[in-house]
Parts: sequence; structure tokens; C-alpha cells
Amino acid sequence: MVKDNEVKIKVKNLNVWFKDIFALKDINLDIYKNEILGIIGPANSGKTTFLRTLNRLNELADGFHIEGSVYLDNKDIYAKDIDVNELRRKIGMVFALPVVLPFSVLENVIYGIKERIKNKKKILELAEEALKQAYLWEEVKDRLYDSAYNLSGGQQQRLCIARTLALEPEVILFDEPCSGLDPISTFKIEEAMVRLKNNYTIILVTNNTKQASRVADRTAFFLMGQLIEVDTTAKIFTASKDKRTEDYITGRFG
Amino acid sequence: MYRIKELTIEKIIFLCGIITILFILLIFIFLLKEGLSFFKTVSITEFIFGKNWYPVSEPAQFGILPLILGSLLVTLLATIISVPVGIGSAIYIAEIAPLWLKDILKAFIELLAGIPSVVLGFVGMVTLAPLIKDLFGLSTGLTAFTGSVMLAFMAMPTIVSIAEDALYAVPKTYKEAAFALGATRWQTIYKIIIPTASSGILAAVMLGIGRVIGETMAVMMLTGNSACIPKSIFDPVRTLTATIANEMGEAVVGSQHYFALFAIGIVLFLISFLINIIADIFLHKKR
Repeated sequence: MVKDNEVKIKVKNLNVWFKDIFALKDINLDIYKNEILGIIGPANSGKTTFLRTLNRLNELADGFHIEGSVYLDNKDIYAKDIDVNELRRKIGMVFALPVVLPFSVLENVIYGIKERIKNKKKILELAEEALKQAYLWEEVKDRLYDSAYNLSGGQQQRLCIARTLALEPEVILFDEPCSGLDPISTFKIEEAMVRLKNNYTIILVTNNTKQASRVADRTAFFLMGQLIEVDTTAKIFTASKDKRTEDYITGRFG
Repeated sequence: MYRIKELTIEKIIFLCGIITILFILLIFIFLLKEGLSFFKTVSITEFIFGKNWYPVSEPAQFGILPLILGSLLVTLLATIISVPVGIGSAIYIAEIAPLWLKDILKAFIELLAGIPSVVLGFVGMVTLAPLIKDLFGLSTGLTAFTGSVMLAFMAMPTIVSIAEDALYAVPKTYKEAAFALGATRWQTIYKIIIPTASSGILAAVMLGIGRVIGETMAVMMLTGNSACIPKSIFDPVRTLTATIANEMGEAVVGSQHYFALFAIGIVLFLISFLINIIADIFLHKKR
């Protein structure tokens, strides 16, 4: 499925600590353009920490310390001259539980863009486009001005995806986006992800190994802060090189 | 045996629970009993809108309009000073300050809350009053403004701690979501955190106002105690509370003056009751 092996994000000798907890140990990983990279692993394996390292969200936590580098299009995102807010617009993120902000549906979608785009018509167009891409438009087009809290859980999560898409990011990070959702909502979000990879690079952290096998082009297995192996999803799930990967996937632990 | 013990404890706890309500009711009934008899001789409009408070002259005049205006002026000024500073401080503590500074600030604010108002009044009298007198070329430093500044100090701890709680209660996920959308720290604070915490912040303001309007000692020492309708913020004023505290000792029990002071008590009670209700409505407002 990977069209060309153009590297979008390059992670090199990455080590992360929180105070005295060694959270990520010497991670080296290339993420290709227009692929869905699934990241699986048991709890506390560093999946989410890794994801948050990519948009520098870990910096909000106390005692965060990083060594090594992360390159986006060959530019170190931890370099001094990087505008963090700009970076986070380029690398969007969807959280495990839908975090809708206490505004209307429309306000939620345009939250990240209304500062920069003043043209009202253009904003509405972008919002509609984003909602369509997140497969939500048909369900909310008549209730754009309702409180976003009135949407169902699955709709809220797709609203969060639309909100991220409205920023026109290059990379989207999904942090267990379906953990609180029913199978139908999960299916809709997976469908959206597969469509989205034509235009975006997607990194999907999931506790659901089946989900990784359904949507990911390549899958990485994390364990106790280490990247155990990464390969095409088919290989990881049928012929993994490391015994621990196989044990995890077959449910022998974790 | 076991059952009886359970039942007794239950009853005792029930009593403890409702005792506050009982006290409030008793206080209110007592106030009404003493205060209402005043209105047999003076009408309510005469009382509320009368411009002269001469309780001991012949004939006595019991108009509390100057006192009400004095209280309102002092409260308004104190609010104008303490609300922006208090909310700013709460935002700083909740969102910006590093952890070690946060603890220090909170400790100091609690300390400020613990200073007896008479001490603040005394400090204001020796330091602030002369300063204001010289600064604005007034004949006396004991003015509405002087009292308001010290009262602002007293309202601040209430406002800061309740507003800080409200800001802190905003889910951390909101903050992360805003950051993940590329919002700056300031954008996150004023577009997400403050609107989400707005009802709690309003409650903090209302409770701060409640604290100010009921305050007696410091205003009595600092506002000059002149029961005239103030023309500027640098005029001496007298508040409702200061009037009661000042005159209760000299009013003959059972005299018209004595009952008038209880009537002022009723007015104060109603004002603080109103403010508390408003604060409660904000505090429990559900989205």
C-alpha cells in the first residue's frame, strides 16, 4: 500500500524521561508519507508518550526530558527556531476520548482556524469540507449551531477529527480514537482514516490489535518503552520476527 | 442494643446537620422581631430613602440613604479594585505559575485571609490614609477610597481561591485539545479555560462582594464615618455595618434608635442573602 518510501517523519535515537521514569528507550523509526502506521503494545509501553513526542504535547507535563531528535520533512521539530503552535497545526491530534469544547458544533470545527482566516464564507467552506472528510456532514448539517455536547460519542469523536482536519495538517496522530466507541462508530472512523491517508500521513495508536490489522499499512510493536519491531502489518501479524510480538498479538500477555 | 446505638447516632448527626438552618432562622426571627417594630413609627420609604441620619437629635431622623450609598460606593470601589487583580492572580496561580511558586502564592493568600480586619484597618490608618491625603491634597485621608483599597485586600483571598478552584476544575483534556489545535497559551486561557470556568469565576466575584459588604471593622476605621451622601470617592462615608457597630453601644435598649439599628440589620441581611443567592445560582449553573 505504501506508494513511495518518502520519509515524512524520522525519529532518531529518541529517549524520553518523565522525572526519573525512563519512558522511551532509544527509538529509531521512519514514518512514510501517506501511510497509516499502527502502533500497538500493552499498557505503559510508551505508545501514547511516543505519539505526544511527535507534536511536542509532552512538554506540558512536569519533568519531561528528551534526548535524540525527531525530524519532520528533514527539520528537527525540537530545534530552537521551531514555532510550536505552527508545528501542532501541521501535526494534528485526535485524543482517546472525544474532547469537544463547550461551544456549538461549528465553533468546534473552526476553533483552530478562525484566528487566521477572517473571511466568513471561506471558513464555512473549510468547515463543511472538514466535516465531510470526517463523514459527519450529513448527520450534523442541520445542527451546526447546536451545542456539541448533544452529539453522540461517535459523532463527537468524528467532530474532533473534523476539527483537526480543518487545520489542514500534514500528519494526524490518533491516540486510541475508538476506545470508547461502539462497533458502528468505530467502523465509520476506520473508514474515514483509510480515506484520509491519501492526503495525510496517519499514526494510529491502538489497544485493539484487530484495528491495527484492519487499517494500518505498517505496524510497530512497543513494549516497556522500546520499539520491539516494525514491519508491514501483514508480516507483523503472520510472521513476526520477535517472539514477544507474536505473544502479544496472539493474546498470550498484555 | 445495636439498633438503638445506630439510631441515636443517626439522630445526633441529623441534629448537627440542621443546626445551621436553625441558627439562621433564629437570627432572622430575632432581627425581624426587633427591627419590624421600628416601622410602626417610621415608614419604610422614609427609612430607605430619607437623606438624613440624625438618630439622637430632636426630632430624630432615620434616613439610611447616605448609609446605603456609602456601603454601595465602598463595595463598588473595592470590587473594581479586587476583581481584576483577584482573577488575574487566580489565572496566574492556576495556569502559569511553576509548581513551587504556586504553593508559596497559595500559602500567602491564605495568610492574607487570616489577617484580622482590625489589623488591616490599623495598618491602613497609619500608612494608606496619610498617603492618600497627601497624594490628592485632601483635608482628611479617611475616605471611601481609602476604605475600598483595604477592603479590596480583604476580598482578594476569597476571589482568588474560589476562582482558582474554578479554573483548576476545567478538564485538563480541554487544555490539551486546544494546544493540539495549535492554540497558544494565552489563546487557550482566554478562549477555553476562562469561558469554561466563567460560572465559578462569577461566583467568586459575588462571594468577594459579599465579604466586602459585610465587613465592619476596617471600614469603620478608614472611611471617616460621616453619614452624608458622598459626592466623590474622596469623601468620607459611613456604611451600614459601621453604623450598627458604632451606635449599638450608645443606643438605649428599647428606644427608637435601638430598633432602627435592627432595621438596618434586616437591610444588610437581605443584601447579603441576595448576593449569596446570586453566587449560588452561578456556582450551580449547569451547562
